[in-house]
Amino acid sequence: MRPTRLRKVLSSLFVAFCAGSVVIALVPLGFVLFFVISQGVRAVNIDFFLHMPKPVGEPGGGMGNAIVGTLILTGLAAAMAVPIGIVSGIYMSEYAGTKFASIVRFAADTLNGVPSIVIGVFAYGVAVLPFKQFSALAGGFALGIMMIPIIARTTEELLLMVPGAMREGALALGATRARAVFSVLLPSALPGIVTGVVLALARIAGETAPLLFTAFNNRFFTTKLTQPIASLTVQVFTYAISPYEDWHRQAWAGALVLVSLVLVCSVLARVATRRLERMHARN
Amino acid sequence: MRRLGGKDLGFRLGTGAFALVLIVIVCAIGSELFRQSYLSIQKFGFAFWRTEVWDPVAGQFGALPFIWGTLYSSVLALALATPIALGIAVFISELCPGWLRQPLVFLTELLAAIPSIVYGLWGIFVLVPLVRALEVSLPGPLRQIPLFSGPPLGVGMLAAAVILAVMVIPFTSSVSREVLRSVPPAQREGAYALGATRFEAIRAALFYARTGIVGAVMLGFGRAIGETMAVTMVIGNNPTISASLFAPQYTMAAVIANEFTEAADPLYLSALVEIGLVLFVITLIVNSLSRLLIWSMARSAAVVAQPAEPTAEAA
Repeated sequence: MRPTRLRKVLSSLFVAFCAGSVVIALVPLGFVLFFVISQGVRAVNIDFFLHMPKPVGEPGGGMGNAIVGTLILTGLAAAMAVPIGIVSGIYMSEYAGTKFASIVRFAADTLNGVPSIVIGVFAYGVAVLPFKQFSALAGGFALGIMMIPIIARTTEELLLMVPGAMREGALALGATRARAVFSVLLPSALPGIVTGVVLALARIAGETAPLLFTAFNNRFFTTKLTQPIASLTVQVFTYAISPYEDWHRQAWAGALVLVSLVLVCSVLARVATRRLERMHARN
Repeated sequence: MRRLGGKDLGFRLGTGAFALVLIVIVCAIGSELFRQSYLSIQKFGFAFWRTEVWDPVAGQFGALPFIWGTLYSSVLALALATPIALGIAVFISELCPGWLRQPLVFLTELLAAIPSIVYGLWGIFVLVPLVRALEVSLPGPLRQIPLFSGPPLGVGMLAAAVILAVMVIPFTSSVSREVLRSVPPAQREGAYALGATRFEAIRAALFYARTGIVGAVMLGFGRAIGETMAVTMVIGNNPTISASLFAPQYTMAAVIANEFTEAADPLYLSALVEIGLVLFVITLIVNSLSRLLIWSMARSAAVVAQPAEPTAEAA
């Protein structure tokens, strides 16, 4: 046995190392947020939200088209992923013990781990190539695929958290499974599911790689779903790797908008979860 | 219950059909990538993965530099991220006062929520100049070592590894935290009862959780391999194989992101899709393996402990 003094010193060092790791991880977070906010605030103005990109060399202009594009793309993704995700989540929780449910769960986790760039290549193959046209629809499709597993797993988890007595009560009163799920279980899990969907939307809105060769990019304002469409993320990418000072400025402004979106959604989700937890604790 | 089978069967089939979509998508991704890369697979075979030359103009496609870049950057990132992620997991689950726990969990998860493109932007304008300054300040004799050879450009392997490490930390630490939580309290209490120090008791818990922790690290590895935008923006995008931390290199994900829309020639496109296919297969294997480890750990812990809690997914 080593002397006690040494063991105590070793133990303190270990505790210090763990506390230090937290600090080390929070430094880049603070660093990133600091730069995005300080650089972004300087660059962001009303024009940024309302104007279209100006040609190279002309100062000013904004990302109005890209902001609308991101809204359209995430809307399309949600339209595709929310129904599929929620209903398959219901299946996984209702028939949790079955073999098929565990295969679906495996598929969801697999899909969740597929690199976003690979999803982009896949979406290019099935939604761009056959139509010989980059389009908002293809972009929404790619984002939707990324969103499905997140929503499915969230729904499953939240439904499993609903007290078993509620399901049993509904069934004992003669409700069918469908009835029990849709009028008892789902409503009580709904606030949590909505939170999950909001978080998923925030995450999807920040994706770039799946859009590079599906929605592509567009310098002009469009709401046509069969046309290439701009998005905040792709626009930030294009501007960031460009050699123009003014475009870099706008890239920071775009990053600020993206990060604010994520921050607001995360904080809202956290407040909502807290309230839910308190509600459950009371029951 | 059985008597009502008819209606419930309809519900089961109906929801099952939606669930089937998930399986179909995964299979479709695999088969579509294979179909699109068939041209390249047929033409190059396994030589594709052994060839070092990537010259689209000459029609020469070898993916070895990308494999090298992906593995090198991911392993390096893991080496940086794993100790820190484990430290965070231990601090949050074992050491920190209760009131600090939730805020710390929130902050580390925020690290995972920041979009990749924002990390990339920050990488280009803040991290890369810092790395360049570091490289320039390195004393001459050290520069002779192959690990630090080459001009101090800033962009390159080191910048990519650092940014990847930052992005991987939240995943590894949140899964390790869950794993540590599933260690039965008796393990630590037993150690304390025998007179162990804090470090020794936590070491016992970590040892007990080793399977799950290996799983958590592998999950981080899966993330690092597939990470695209931030890496593309700082790694320098140069298809060479070099051991130097300063050398600009390339990864599998980055080459797809950069060259896919420029690939006019069918063989070129097919070669890029093949890289995507391999990326898909590797992440599939790594993620399945890591989940298997985490799951087997959770199960063995559940046998000892009270009823298992539902394991929360990593954000």
